[in-house]
This record gives sequence, structure tokens and C-alpha cells, in this order.
Amino acid sequence: MAAIETLEIRSPGIMTSVQDLGRYGYGRFGVAPSGALDSFALRIANLLVGNREDQAGLETLLLGPGIKVLSDTLIAVTGGDLRPKKNKQPIEMWRSHAFKKDDILSFGNAVSGFRAYIAVAGGIGVPRVMGSRSTNLPSGFGGHHGRTLKKEDILACNEPRGPMRDTGRVFNPDWIPQYSDKWKLRVVLGPQDDHFPDASRHAFLNCIYRMSQDSDRTGIRLQGPEILPKPDIEASIISEGVIAGSIQIPGDGKPIIILGETVTGGYRKIATVISTDLPSLGQIKPGDGIQFEALSVDEAYLALQEMEGRINDFKRKIN
Amino acid sequence: MLYDTPIFGLMGDRSLLVELGNEISPSVNQSVQELFVALDLHKIDGVKDLVPSYRSLLVIYDPLLISAPELERKIDDLYQGLDHARLPAPRTIEIPIVYGGEQGPDLESVAQYHHITPQEVIDYHTRPTYRVYMIGFTPGYPYLGEVPDAIATPRRETPRILVPRGSVGIALKQTGIYSVDSPGGWQIIGWTPVNLFDPQGQPPSLLMMGDRVRFQAISAEEASRWQP
Repeated sequence: MAAIETLEIRSPGIMTSVQDLGRYGYGRFGVAPSGALDSFALRIANLLVGNREDQAGLETLLLGPGIKVLSDTLIAVTGGDLRPKKNKQPIEMWRSHAFKKDDILSFGNAVSGFRAYIAVAGGIGVPRVMGSRSTNLPSGFGGHHGRTLKKEDILACNEPRGPMRDTGRVFNPDWIPQYSDKWKLRVVLGPQDDHFPDASRHAFLNCIYRMSQDSDRTGIRLQGPEILPKPDIEASIISEGVIAGSIQIPGDGKPIIILGETVTGGYRKIATVISTDLPSLGQIKPGDGIQFEALSVDEAYLALQEMEGRINDFKRKIN
Repeated sequence: MLYDTPIFGLMGDRSLLVELGNEISPSVNQSVQELFVALDLHKIDGVKDLVPSYRSLLVIYDPLLISAPELERKIDDLYQGLDHARLPAPRTIEIPIVYGGEQGPDLESVAQYHHITPQEVIDYHTRPTYRVYMIGFTPGYPYLGEVPDAIATPRRETPRILVPRGSVGIALKQTGIYSVDSPGGWQIIGWTPVNLFDPQGQPPSLLMMGDRVRFQAISAEEASRWQP
């Protein structure tokens, strides 16, 4: 498959990286999934430009990049509203746009949400490492040379799958997520929820927590009432595997929502965010309020089936 | 102690924690390894990833393809039918270490903590054949056990912001090797020129759960001439 030089980074933004849906199958080697934090936004962006939903795009934070287009293509921007522009004119999000050679994609200020996703027809053509194009930023591999993008980086895209006839393709407006500064995150309790007394579990499910400034791509740190374990219990547990969305409670009682850059951990976990709500973890901003709600695992499966049903409806509509 | 039957725990709606015992011990860890190898060979539809650790196995699955109760039943059946003789003989990997100096800044304080000499710390550390209990924390990072009581030392009170790749550390009865540059709180007593993680490698990690490791003290000069 031929790759064509398609994008030149003029300004990198705060933290722009190449991500796909993550790297699975290497947990035994300590390799975490990485991947788009708001996977829903990346999947829809890909579908809007005629890609398979799992192709690589760009994830950017708060202050987006400035990008010069080097060859004619289709681009869609989804996720947080960072005010995307084409040649300084605002363009609609959750919609595909034709870009000609020398057109400029840039961003204004963040209006809502935290991370935007940029999909380009054909997908970003960086080499696969362990089956994925995602950038593992903590360990420095995958994506574009294992790092965030810099000024003058050139990204090649794979050849588009078909003719680029999808300009103006839009996502169903009713299904576009609305990001506010208050979030409800649904969780399945466990696997160590029984290490906490009723009072701690009650606080966890009934108080508002705030995302702390010292959060990063490895974890969302929360401020709020301390969650303390039962008395006479050891500070940590024997290290075990963890997944994105697991809510661990370290010794200071301040919850941390683990994101996709960690495979193991030695803190007890009171609950895990359900798959359907994982994309929200990419859009919560420092200072936002979070309330947790417990579901049964069967209720979590139903929620996921409903979300996947919408994506499948959209796929049927465009094919 | 090894449980009679696995204890299953939900970690959200897309992973199942299979706990086989309540302690860090070679026998519990061996059972985890046996179940891990069996599941890896058996390939249950919908299983996306397996993360084996000291006493449990995390099974990450696609909830659109399989549900937790179904997965639990299949894993339970597999575990009951495990043939305990099937694991191949473990590999033993020799890892050369330069102890002390700039790349082993905590060797002296570990010796002081136990009222012994740095050379005695080195002698104790190179004596055991260690078991790789798990790979985790960062890609390719081995958790090795067990360190002799004579040099078992708690973590540093303040973790370092950057521990260079190759650093060899002690945390209580565990010892490990930093596989990439990362923050870390273990007592750093030495350094190895061996590369533990290569993203392009097949496999990407030098060590696997269940391997055995022996350390060998070398000089800084030998390390500079060391070829993979």
C-alpha cells in the first residue's frame, strides 16, 4: 500500500500524538494498550472520511496543532470542540471536509471537552509496532518515532480505500456527545470493593469528585472525600493486572482512574468505569465534577450494545 | 496457599480477574503460569489479552463476543483439567551487573541499613536463582524473587523522578530491572548493559513469566565491552 506525504506540522499544539484503537495481546510483556482515550470520537472521525474505524488518527489536547496539507485529502475533526478551522474559516466538527494541497488546518480555543481527534482519508501511515500504530508516550515507541508531534514533522497517509467522494458526510446530530463540566460515570463495583466499609462505598457513590490538575495520560487523579479501606488492612495488595477505567485507591484515599498506559498495579480497586463511558475519560478536564453510579455487569453490557448499535446504524447508512 | 477453585472478580465489563491463591509463592505463581499457558494455547473466542501476575491472571475480553459468566465457566473447566506436567523446563538467563558507583547509587545505603559491607550485598544478591514472577510496571520489567532476608530493604521514602534503563533495584524481597527510563522508588544497587525491552523484538521482552534469572557481577570496564 503506497503512502503519500499528506500532512506537515506547522505548530504541534500542546500534546498531539498518533493513536489508533490500541495495542492488545502484549500485556504479558508489560506492554499497555495506549490508543485514543476517546475511542468513540476516533472511530466516528475515521468513518466520516471513509476509513475503517480502527485506523490511526491524531489525538490533540486543548490547543490543537497547525497543519499544512501536502496533498488533496479528506479530513474530519471530532471529540472536544477545539474550534477547528480551514484556512482560518471555522469548519463544522463531526463532518468530513475536502482539503486541497496547501490548505491549512488550525484550531482556536477549546469550547467544550478536552481532546479532539483528526482523521485523514487513508489513515496515518506510521509503521505498526506490535500490531498497532498508537504512540506509547511513557515508554517512547509506536506512533511517530514514539513521541508527540513536533514542528516540521511530515506524516504520510495510506492510500484511501476508495474514491474520496465522502465530502460533507455528517454524523447523526442527535448522537454527537455533549460535553459539560459535570460528568456521570457509570461503574461496575470491584474487584476489591469489599475491602472498603459501607461508609467509604457510600461516599464514593454519593459525593462529587473533581479532576485534579496533576492528572495526565496515565491517570485521572481525583479530589474529594477520602475513601479509606477497612481498618487493619494492608496499605497495598499483591500487584495484579489492571485496565483503563479501573479506579484505584492509594494510601491517601484519593481515587485515581487508570488510563490505558498501565498494565499492572498494587493498589486496591473499588470499581471500574464501564466500556460505554470510557470515551468520556478523554474529555473530562481538570476542575470538572464527576459523580459515580454503580451498575450491574449485565446493565453495563446493555449500555454497550446500545452504543455499538448506533455505530452500526451509522455504518449501514454510509455503506 | 493455593485456593481449591479459582476466585473470579469482575474488573469492569471487559475483564475478569482470576485469583488462584492468597500469597506470593512459587507454587501459586506456577499455577498462574499453567493457566496462562493453557488459555494462550486454547484461544477462547473474544479474549483480547492476558496479564499474568504473582497470584492472578487478568483476562481482558470483548463483551460483544463473550460475557463474564460464559468466560468464567470456560476458564473453570480449563483449570480443572490442567495437566500440571505440561510446562516446559524453565529457561535460565544470566544477567551481568555492574554493582555500585554512579549507576548503583543506593548500594552503600543498603549495606549500611543491614550493617554489612557493599561486597556482602553483592554476594547475597548474586547468590539465588531468581524466579520471574511477572512482567509489569513498564514494558519488559521483571519482578524477581526472592531476595535473601539479609539484604531485603524497603523502597526509598522519596521515589526518583528518573531511573535510567538498566538500573537494578531492590524493594523488600523483590528485585527488578528498569526496562525503560521511568520514575521509580526501588533501591538502585547496580546497572546492566543488557537490553530488556525492544519494541521491534519478537518477543519484545527478554524475560517471560516463569523464566529463571542469575546475576553475575562484572566490572564497569567489562560492561563497556559487553556485546548483546
